[in-house]
Amino acid sequence: MSRIKELFSKYRKKVFSPRTQLIFMIILLVAAFACPLVITNKYTLHIIISCFIYACLTLSLNLIIGWSGQFSLGHVCFFGMGAYITTLLTINTGMNFFFAWIIGVIFTSAFAALLCYPTLKLRGDYIAVVTLGFGEVFRLFLTNAVDITRGPAGIPSIPSPILFGIEISGKTMFYYFALVLLLGFIVFMKRFNNSGFGMAMMTVNEDDVAAIALGLNPKRYKMAAFAIGGGMAALIGGFYAVYMGMIAPTSFSYAESIKMVSMTVLGGLASIPGSIIGAFLLTALPEALRSFSEYRMVLYGAAMVVMMIFKPDGMWSRNKRTKNEYKYVAMRGVKNGKNSAS
Amino acid sequence: MEKILQVKNATIKFGGLIAVDSVDLEQKRGEILSLIGPNGAGKTTFFNLLTGVYKPTEGTITFQNKNITDMKAYERNQFGIARTFQNIRLIKSMTVLENILIAHPDCKTENFVVALFLPHRTNKKRREIIAECQSLLKVVGLEEMQDEMALNLPYGKQRLLEIARGLATKPKLLLLDEPGAGMNSFEKEELTKVIYHITKDMKIDVLIIEHDMKFIMGISDRIIVLDHGQKIAEGIPSEIQSNEKVIQAYLGSGEFKDEEEQELPIIQSKAV
Repeated sequence: MSRIKELFSKYRKKVFSPRTQLIFMIILLVAAFACPLVITNKYTLHIIISCFIYACLTLSLNLIIGWSGQFSLGHVCFFGMGAYITTLLTINTGMNFFFAWIIGVIFTSAFAALLCYPTLKLRGDYIAVVTLGFGEVFRLFLTNAVDITRGPAGIPSIPSPILFGIEISGKTMFYYFALVLLLGFIVFMKRFNNSGFGMAMMTVNEDDVAAIALGLNPKRYKMAAFAIGGGMAALIGGFYAVYMGMIAPTSFSYAESIKMVSMTVLGGLASIPGSIIGAFLLTALPEALRSFSEYRMVLYGAAMVVMMIFKPDGMWSRNKRTKNEYKYVAMRGVKNGKNSAS
Repeated sequence: MEKILQVKNATIKFGGLIAVDSVDLEQKRGEILSLIGPNGAGKTTFFNLLTGVYKPTEGTITFQNKNITDMKAYERNQFGIARTFQNIRLIKSMTVLENILIAHPDCKTENFVVALFLPHRTNKKRREIIAECQSLLKVVGLEEMQDEMALNLPYGKQRLLEIARGLATKPKLLLLDEPGAGMNSFEKEELTKVIYHITKDMKIDVLIIEHDMKFIMGISDRIIVLDHGQKIAEGIPSEIQSNEKVIQAYLGSGEFKDEEEQELPIIQSKAV
C-alpha cells in the first residue's frame, strides 16, 4: 500500500501539472461538445443529461454542506420550488420562460435564506432535521394544494422555452442547454472558491470562533450559502421542468435529497471535481447495473462500505487543495510570479 | 496621555463562580501592558470580555473613548481589537498566505458579484492585498513559507502566524494570549523583536498574557497581576517583582496552615 502511495505521489506532480491539466480539460470539453454527434441513442443521451442535472445539483448542495458546513437534507425542496414556480408562471401568465426562470430563482433564493435563519443557532444534526422536515412539508404542500399545483397528477405538457425565436426541443438541443448550464456552474464555483468571499465562508465553516475574532459575521455567510445554493438548485429546477415536459410531486421526494447528499459526500466535500464525479457515478451506475437490478442495492451498499474504509473523505476531497488559488488566479499573467503591486 | 482602553469594574459570573471580579484596567497609547497571574486566575476570561466572546455581568469597557460593552464580537474586531488564541486557532486546510488573506479587511469585503463577472478588475486589487499580506509575513519572518500549509508549520511559527493574522485585520490594539508558550529561548527573542516592531514602528498597542517571567519583565512597561479573578497588584516590573502579594500568589506564603499539617499523617497512614 505504501509503495503504491509513493509511486502515486511521484507521478502526481507530472499528471497534475497545469499543462497536462489544460490538455485534459480541452479533450474533455471537445468530447462533451461532440457527444451528441456520436451518440444518437435517445436513452443514452437522456442518461447523460440527467448526469448533468445531478452534477449541477450536487455542486449547489456542496456549497451548503461542503463550503459552509451546514448539513442540509432538504435540498430537493429548492429544486422543486424552482421547477414549480417557473412552470406555474409560464403556464398561468404566458410569461417568457427565461423571465419566469429568473423570478423562480430569486424567490427560491430569498426563501432559502429565510429557512436558514431559524437554524442559525442550531448545530450539525439539528439543521439536518429542520431541512429534512421542511422538504417533506414542501412535498405534502405540492400534493395537497390541488388548486395551485394540480396535486398528485402533476403539471403535464410544459411548453418548450423559446430563445431568440428558436424553440429548444429535442434531446440534442437540451443536451447543449444542460452542458452550458453545467459549464456555467463550474466556472461559478471556481470563481466563488477563489474569491475572498469563498475563503471567508470556508473559515466560518472550519472554525467560527476564529472567524468571529477576525471580524467575520458567521450568520451572514451561513445565510449566503443557503441563498446561493438554493438559487442554483432552483435554476436547475426550472431547466428540469422544461426538459421533462411534466412535473409531479413524486419527483421531489425525500429520497432525491438523500441521493444528492450521498453524491456530495461520496464525491468529496468542498470539491468541484468531486461533486461532478460523485454525481456522474451515482447516476450512471444504477443505469448500467439495470440488467441485474436484484443485486443493485447489494453492490451499492458494498461500494459505500469500501469507500468508507479506503477513502472516508470522498473520492476527490478538498485535501487535494494544496496551492494558493486566490494568489494563483490573481498572479496569472504576471511574469515570473513577481508581484508588480509591491 | 491618551487612553486607548479603559475597563471599569468588569465582573463576570458563571453560576456561582466569579471568574473576573471587579477588575479595573487602563491602557495608555504606546504602552505595552501585561496581564499575569497563576493558572485559573481569569486572564483568558478577561480577554474574552474584551473581545466580546462573553458579555460582562457588570462593568463597562471603553475603547478609543467609545463604550463597546454591548458591541458584538465581530464588530469589535472591525472597530480595531484583534487577538490571538492560547490554543492556536489557525485554519489548517489553508496555506500560510491564505490564513493572512482571510483576515485582511479588503479581502473579506471584496465585492463578490464583481469578482464573479469581472475577474480582471478584481485581480489588480487582489495583487495589492497579496503584497500587503506578504509584507506582514515579512514582519514575523514567515515570508519564505507562504505557500506551506499552516498545519505543517512548527509550533513557534504557528504562533507568529497568528500574530501576523491579527495584524492583518488592521487593529489599533492587539491582544496576545500567551504568545510565547511552547517557544524556545531563541524564538522568544525573535518574538520580543516582533512585539517591539509592532508597538514602536506600526504604532499598534499590545496587551499580553504570559507565564514566562523573564520574558514579561523584560518587555512590559506596566504589569497587572490577577489572582482568583481579582486584581492584586499593578505597577512597573520592578515593583511587581518585590510585591509581597504577588509572591504569595505564585509561591504560597511559606507557612503551613493547621489543617494541612493534620491531614498529612492521615494520608500517609492510609498509604501504609
